[in-house]
Amino acid sequence: MSEMKKIKNLKEFSTSADRFEGANLLCPGCAHSIIVREVLNATNDDLVLAASTGCLEVCTAVYPYTSWDASWIHIGFENSSTAVAGAEAMYKALKIKGRLKQPDRNPKFVAFGGDGASYDIGFQWISGCMERNHDMMYIVLDNEVYANTGGQRSSSTPIGSSATTTPSGSVSYGETKNKKDMMSIMAAHNIPYAAQVAPNKWKDMVKKIQKGFATEGAVFINAVSPCTTEWKFDPKDTMHLTDLATDSLVFPLYEVIDGHELNITYRPKEKDIVPVEEYLAAQGRFKHLFKDQYKYLIKEWQERVDANWVYLNRREEARV
Amino acid sequence: MAFDKMELRDTEVWDGNLAAAHALRQCQVDVVSAYPITPSTPIVEGYAKFKSDNYVEGEFIMVESEHAAMSGCIGAAAAGGRVATATSSQGLALMAETLYQASGMRLPIILNIVNRALAAPLNVNGDHSDMYLVRDSGWIQFDAFSPQEAYDLNFIAFKVAEDHEVRTPAVINQDGFMTSHTAQGVKTMDDDTAFNFVGEFKPMNDMLDFEHPVTHGVQTEEDWHFEHKARQHNDMMTIVPQKIDAVFEEFAKLTGRKYNQIEKYDMDDADVAVVCMGTSVETAREVAKEMREKGIKAGVVGIRVFRPFPFMAIAEALKDVKAVAALDRSAPGGTAGALFNEIAGSLFNSDSKIVLSGYIYGLGGRDLTKRHLVDLYTELQANADAGKVLTQQQQFIGVRGPKLAYL
Repeated sequence: MSEMKKIKNLKEFSTSADRFEGANLLCPGCAHSIIVREVLNATNDDLVLAASTGCLEVCTAVYPYTSWDASWIHIGFENSSTAVAGAEAMYKALKIKGRLKQPDRNPKFVAFGGDGASYDIGFQWISGCMERNHDMMYIVLDNEVYANTGGQRSSSTPIGSSATTTPSGSVSYGETKNKKDMMSIMAAHNIPYAAQVAPNKWKDMVKKIQKGFATEGAVFINAVSPCTTEWKFDPKDTMHLTDLATDSLVFPLYEVIDGHELNITYRPKEKDIVPVEEYLAAQGRFKHLFKDQYKYLIKEWQERVDANWVYLNRREEARV
Repeated sequence: MAFDKMELRDTEVWDGNLAAAHALRQCQVDVVSAYPITPSTPIVEGYAKFKSDNYVEGEFIMVESEHAAMSGCIGAAAAGGRVATATSSQGLALMAETLYQASGMRLPIILNIVNRALAAPLNVNGDHSDMYLVRDSGWIQFDAFSPQEAYDLNFIAFKVAEDHEVRTPAVINQDGFMTSHTAQGVKTMDDDTAFNFVGEFKPMNDMLDFEHPVTHGVQTEEDWHFEHKARQHNDMMTIVPQKIDAVFEEFAKLTGRKYNQIEKYDMDDADVAVVCMGTSVETAREVAKEMREKGIKAGVVGIRVFRPFPFMAIAEALKDVKAVAALDRSAPGGTAGALFNEIAGSLFNSDSKIVLSGYIYGLGGRDLTKRHLVDLYTELQANADAGKVLTQQQQFIGVRGPKLAYL
C-alpha cells in the first residue's frame, strides 16, 4: 500500500514537484492544467497516464516536446480509458510473471478525457472499463463543449448554451438538450467510487482523488473545467467562474460509493448560494438568454438546479 | 500460481483457429485484449479455455468492441510486454483506426485476422476484403494458406515484430472457414521449444519503466509527420524484409519448414503462372500440376508476405514467364484488383515481355474450383501464345449471370 501524500496548505501543494510541466500550450486561464496538477500532486506514487485527443493532449505532447514527466500515452479521441486499462493489465501480467523492472513501486493508472471524448465518442470505452472494474481512474475535464475543435456542442453542453453547431440566433436559444447526467450513469456501473470535483475546492478535490487512488478498482471523476475561450469569460476569472459553478449548485460536489452511497461533500450555506442567473450572466455563451424572449429559460435553469439539489440531498439521506 | 505446460502430440489435428490459439499460448503472451467475431471467435475462445485451465499466465481481457480490443492492446504494448489479439471482417473495419495508431507508435502487436468478406450485404464467409482494407496500415502482413502455416507464422511474426530494429506490428492472415475451421494435421513444437524460439519479450520505451518516463502517441504536424512516416516506410522496405528472411531461416533450422516471402511452385520453367493468396494457392498448385501433364508449363506464386510487398522477388519469379494472372479475392470497387496493381507495379519497369491479366474471384466464400483454374490456365496459355491479353484485363470467376469483364 502506498503512503498517502500529506498536504497541509495551498502553498505547499502548489510547490509540489511537478510531473505536469508549466511548459504547455493550453490557453491562459484554462482550468485543465489546474485540475491535472491537482490530480498529479495528490500522490507521490508513479503514474501511468493517458489522454484522449483534445485540448490537454494537443497542448502537452507536440513532438519533439512533452509536458509530461511521467509515463504518458495518447491513442485516439475515444480510447484513453482503454489505453490505461491495457497498461494496467500489462502491469498485472508482469507482476505475476515477476518481470516488473521496479517491482516495489505502486503505480496509479489515470486517463483524462474532455467531455466530448467522455460523454460522447468514448462513452462505450469508458463504460467497458468501468464494467470490467480495472484498477484505474478516469477523469473527465468537463468544459461542456468540444473546445479543441472550436466550440461544437457535446452531450455535456447545457441547455441554452450557444455552441458553434447549436448557435443562438433569431429563432434559436442555442443548445436545446439537457446535459447528460454522466455521474449517475457511471455510478450505475456499481464502481467502487465516483465523484464530481471542482478545482477551486482543491481540498475536497485532493481528498477525493486520494480516495480514488486508495480504491481498488475503477474510479470515475467528473471535474468541472471552465473554458475561458468557449464559455467566454476573462482568463483571469477562471477561479471566480468555478466558484460560481459550485456555489450556484450548477456543479454540486458529491461522491457515490459502490454505486449507491451518495455523499454531498460541499454544502454552501443557504445565504451563500448564488442564483443560477449570476452563473449564467458571467459567461458569453449564455448572453442571449438575457433577451426578453428567452428569460423564461433562466427560470427553468434555476428550477432544474434546485430540483437536482433536492434529489441529491434525498439520495444522501436515503443512503441507498 | 505457475501455469502448466501442455503435452502435445508431434502432429495434432487442428483447424487454423486452434492452431493460432495454441501458438499464442506457447508464445506466453502477456496481454490478450480481444472481442469475438466470426470466424475468428474460436481463437479467442480457445485462448480463454487455456486461461481457465491454467495453461496461460498472462492477462486476458474481453472488451466491449474490436476498437477497444486494439486500444487495450496498444496500451498494454506501450506498457511493455508481449501482446496479441484476433479478429475478422467488420471487427477489423471497426479496429482500423487503431491499427494505424499501433504501427505509427511502433508497437509490436500480433493480430490474427481470419479473413472474411465485408458487408453489405452481410456475409460471414471468407474473402480478402478485410485484408485489403488495412493493407496500407503500416503492419507487416503474413498470409497463411493452411492451419500449419497459421501456427508457424505466429511464432515467426512475434520474432520479427518484436525485434528492436523492427518494432512494427504484424498480421497473420488465414482464410475464414477454409483454413480457420478445416482441421488438418499440424506438426507441433513442444511448449519449451516454441517459447524459446520467440524468446523473452525485451521491452523498449516501456511505460512501466518508471525511471525513464516516456511519452507515447505525440502530435506532429507538417513539420515532422512526413519524416516519421518516411522513416517507417524506409524500415519496412529495408530492415523488415531482411529480418523476415532471417527468421524464416531460423525457423527452418528448427522445424525443417522453410517459408519464403513468395512461395514458388513449379516456377523454374513456367510459361504461365497464377499469383494468389490463401487457400487458393493449394488449389492452384494442384491444377498447375495437372496442366503440366497436359503439356502446359504452369506455375504458382503464393504471396506469403503481403506487406512489405515483395516487389523484387515477384519481378524475379516472373521474369521468364509469358503470361500471368493476378487473382484478387476482394471487390475492387472501381479499379483493378490490389494484387493486379502490385504485380503490374513489380513488372512495369522490367525487361519482361510478360502479359498480365486480373481475375476477381471467391467473394463472400464463393468456391474457386479446379475447373475454374483449368479454364484460367488455358486462357493464360492462349495469352502466352499470342503475346498479348486476348480477353479484357479484368474478369470475374464464378459469378452468376452474364460474363463480367472490364478494362
